[in-house]
Amino acid sequence: MKRYVARRLLLLVPVLAGVSIIIFMVLHLSPGDPAEIMLGAQATQEDLARLRSELGLTEPLPVQYARWLGLVLRGDLGRSIWTKRPVLVEVLDRFKATLVLTGSGLVLSTLAGIALGVASAVRPNSLLDRLSAVASLFGASMPVFWLGIVLMVVFSLWLGWLPASGMFAPYGGGDLRDLLSHLVLPAVTLAAASVTIVARLTRATMLEVLGQDYIRTARAKGLVEWRVVLRHGLKNALIPIVTVIGVQVGYLLGGAVLTETVFAWPGVGTLMIQGILARDFPLVQGCVLVIALAFVLINLAVDLLYAWLDPRIRYA
Amino acid sequence: MRDHDLTRLARRNQLAVLALLALTAAVGVAVLAPWLPLADPDAVDTPNRLRAPLSPGHWLGTDEFGRDLLARLVWGARVSLLAGVATAGVAMLIGVGLGLVGGYYTGWIETVVMRLTDILMAFPYILLAIAIVAGLGSGLRNAMIAIAIVGFPVYTRLVRGVVLSIREREFVEAARALGGSDGLILRRHVLPHLLSPVIVAFSLDVGVKILATAGLSFLGLGTQPPTADWGSMLATGRQFVILSPHVVLLPGLAIFVVVLALNLVGDALRDFLDPRTHAA
Repeated sequence: MKRYVARRLLLLVPVLAGVSIIIFMVLHLSPGDPAEIMLGAQATQEDLARLRSELGLTEPLPVQYARWLGLVLRGDLGRSIWTKRPVLVEVLDRFKATLVLTGSGLVLSTLAGIALGVASAVRPNSLLDRLSAVASLFGASMPVFWLGIVLMVVFSLWLGWLPASGMFAPYGGGDLRDLLSHLVLPAVTLAAASVTIVARLTRATMLEVLGQDYIRTARAKGLVEWRVVLRHGLKNALIPIVTVIGVQVGYLLGGAVLTETVFAWPGVGTLMIQGILARDFPLVQGCVLVIALAFVLINLAVDLLYAWLDPRIRYA
Repeated sequence: MRDHDLTRLARRNQLAVLALLALTAAVGVAVLAPWLPLADPDAVDTPNRLRAPLSPGHWLGTDEFGRDLLARLVWGARVSLLAGVATAGVAMLIGVGLGLVGGYYTGWIETVVMRLTDILMAFPYILLAIAIVAGLGSGLRNAMIAIAIVGFPVYTRLVRGVVLSIREREFVEAARALGGSDGLILRRHVLPHLLSPVIVAFSLDVGVKILATAGLSFLGLGTQPPTADWGSMLATGRQFVILSPHVVLLPGLAIFVVVLALNLVGDALRDFLDPRTHAA
């Protein structure tokens, strides 16, 4: 296992280097002077010169990259042009909200997806199984931001059951109950597509596992059905499910940008969009860097978990 | 393919036939938009703003500027469908090209192609597209470039996998022994094997790309006003959702129906062209 972890960590180096180059290049993609783009046409020559030297834009590109990377490695992501605060502080402030949303989405999609998948596999072609197949098709076709708006119209505006936006009530809120009531709609919106993907995969894997000889043996031993399904079936079906859940994290982190915008959730996604509209490149780079890093690390964790669950991977 | 094969396929998959009809209708309406008796999609008529569906002169009502929603949906279909097909097409061309090269040649070419793919796939899909648009600047063209860039690695991986399995087969070795150049072998002997998986992937990918373009437009990074596009219609209509939910529900429904139809047709194509994946 140690050798596998070392190999996996080594593989991370080129990926992280590439990710950093892409994020650095974001600033240099647009034709023209980035300082002029950020400050707009009204900026004075002094302002432009100051920003250019602040961002090191006067130096050759490889030197700029090396300097930027050096600063990033020391935790210095620069200062936001819009809020004037350090980017890292700004992004980490908002990252908590994104983690709450993405984490809730992940828990919801995993639990609901596995439960739905197991129920469908136990009774294939039942009404629940067919409904789950239809839901999975719908989930893959529905724009996440539209689903969010529809849920908001129904549950907030028409029925008045749940708050429409934000993370806490502006007055008198701030406790866990308040957070949970604000979290329901965004988390359901974000998890909707993932639930169906996890459910379909769980169903397919469970159907395969439930056809194995050891399941027949377990039944022949006289074990109760739920024990056969959960202990002997689900436990062995979990390995591919773990992988797809890892992939879903990426989807959820990306989808969070859209979901946060719909529900005015104060996370990194809304911060990034505000940064783009304000042409605040250091802030945008910081947001992308933190989310991409989180994604890479979660994928690493999933790979390690996968190898721990299945010894064949470690020795491959 | 024989006629009775087609008939049997259609009978078995009635839902896909229905989806194909819906898609044909959407494409037909989008292509014929300039000749259809529709109101000017950009004509502002503020006294008639936010009219409900079935209002006189406006079958689907009007938006916040009094613009006819039916006309905007039809003209928006042109932008959304074209964006989906074009971005999926460009992603496919780049992805297939790189997948062919990365799968056929070993050594540094393979390493470079696969590392590039790994790096691009290390980002959540839509996040990278947003980052690229942030650099390039907002607008439909830049949004399409961004989506095509983040979309090609899927094709590269798919094609490389197929090429790796074909590379060592006897017919490729025979072609090589007969003195066939790499270009000829790739074109004549490898490319035909890619047709089925790539067609299936493309048919499913167009829907993904329509969703992604609409997503960027929804965030204000794609199509800019006053051009009608389903995603941007949803974004601007969002502020009026309490007064007039139809302004938001209709463009979302249009995206949903078209992407659903594309997924149904894509699934049916997969069943037909590559039955093994269905069985798996």
